[in-house]
Amino acid sequence: MERYDAIVIGGGLVGSAIGYGLARAGLTTALLDEGDVAFRASRGNFGLVWVQSKGEGAPHYQRWTRGSVDQWVPLAAELADKTGIAVGYRRAGGVHLCLGDEEFDQRRQRMERMRREAGNFGFEYRMLDQREVADLLPGTGPAVTGASWTPYDGHANPLRLLRALHRGFVDHGGGYIPNAQVVDAVPAPGEFRLVTAAGELRASKVVLAAGLGNAGLAPLFGLNAPVRPQRGQILVTERAQQLMPIPTTTVRQTEEGGMMLGDSQEDVGFDTSQKPAVMQAIARRAVLSFPWLRELQIVRAWAALRVMPPDGLPIYDQSQRFPGAFTVNCHSGVTLAGAHANVLAPMIAAGTLDPWLDLFSGKRFDVSAAA
Amino acid sequence: MFQLRPEGRPANVIVVVEGRLVRVPAGASAAAAILAAGLHSIRETSVKGSARAPYCMMGVCHDCLADIDGVANQRSCMIEARAGMQIRCQNRGRRLNPAPQSS
Repeated sequence: MERYDAIVIGGGLVGSAIGYGLARAGLTTALLDEGDVAFRASRGNFGLVWVQSKGEGAPHYQRWTRGSVDQWVPLAAELADKTGIAVGYRRAGGVHLCLGDEEFDQRRQRMERMRREAGNFGFEYRMLDQREVADLLPGTGPAVTGASWTPYDGHANPLRLLRALHRGFVDHGGGYIPNAQVVDAVPAPGEFRLVTAAGELRASKVVLAAGLGNAGLAPLFGLNAPVRPQRGQILVTERAQQLMPIPTTTVRQTEEGGMMLGDSQEDVGFDTSQKPAVMQAIARRAVLSFPWLRELQIVRAWAALRVMPPDGLPIYDQSQRFPGAFTVNCHSGVTLAGAHANVLAPMIAAGTLDPWLDLFSGKRFDVSAAA
Repeated sequence: MFQLRPEGRPANVIVVVEGRLVRVPAGASAAAAILAAGLHSIRETSVKGSARAPYCMMGVCHDCLADIDGVANQRSCMIEARAGMQIRCQNRGRRLNPAPQSS
């Protein structure tokens, strides 16, 4: 039976970032990937590395996200240097477009609340009026009443990020094991035995990073990860000349020139089908924002499931009952890749999560603890 | 490089590929006309400007993108050649003019 220092369950962006960080720290690490039967949020996301809308009412999440985009810079450089894969991270700020006066007012109030909540940590933002937005972005429509802007936002190619993390993980001696769905676990503190479709494995640490699969896995290890699916649909246009200097929450232009349109949110269980009414709503908002998008052909579209904790915030925990078992859950596997690889993985390697991460513990969903 | 099979249907549809008159049989694709024209490439990729020509001939690879009758980024392998069709190179991404709002 193979024995590792650590086994990471889940080969998506979250598991790969943690696995990369553990292997880089010198742990012998296995990365278990379920296979193409998995929901694979990491293959379906929009590619924003996004800050401005994260953490209203939860300033620790805003700080964690900001810390992650700060880690994105060295992580992207390190991956390019070590693996030769450029993940296309561009951080030049980003905007959320507001259509109509009501959206603008709500956005302004929300951004101001977040600035107040940030306290001494600071939260730099600007509300841009119609003219300022028109100066910043090409051919915005008359429906655009304004926008919020922060310097922290950016975007990247999420598929290249996933490939670079996998390559980097293997280059650091990590063992990538595909088609290795976990079918049973025999946990003991510091000594875990996993029965997988690819055979039995043992390790002194286990990290649950299986996306939606964590909900079922966590209780086996004395952990709580009540994540649910939230469907998002995306449309992609033909490639155009570079027109968009910075991304928006609903429209961004890839390095290759295609325009990605998205940001739908549906609570429909484990249903990955596409719905014309939602695609229509996405296209309508995009064309109201940028009327010239109407000229472009849609060449690709898909639906995928986000991994959504009940309050939208990440869940990070080490099991009290079985120390050495960790769980990592979030809906922002791209944005948080920097923090996961460079901050969280070193803590897991050392065996202890920093106390301030208690704010992200799954115990906050424990009814008896909250009562 | 490519020649029409002599035993095939008569090549009586005439299209214009980058200014050259090309004859293909009825039902042939615009991509077939590009190959019959003997061009080495029909597009430049959007990022690096590398030359590309029709490849998969079944709508998947997007390497046969061409400007057809003034519409950019058409997969020429999925479009039937029509008499008088104008097929031009698709160089890099589509050009757009995002007119600024007038108000």
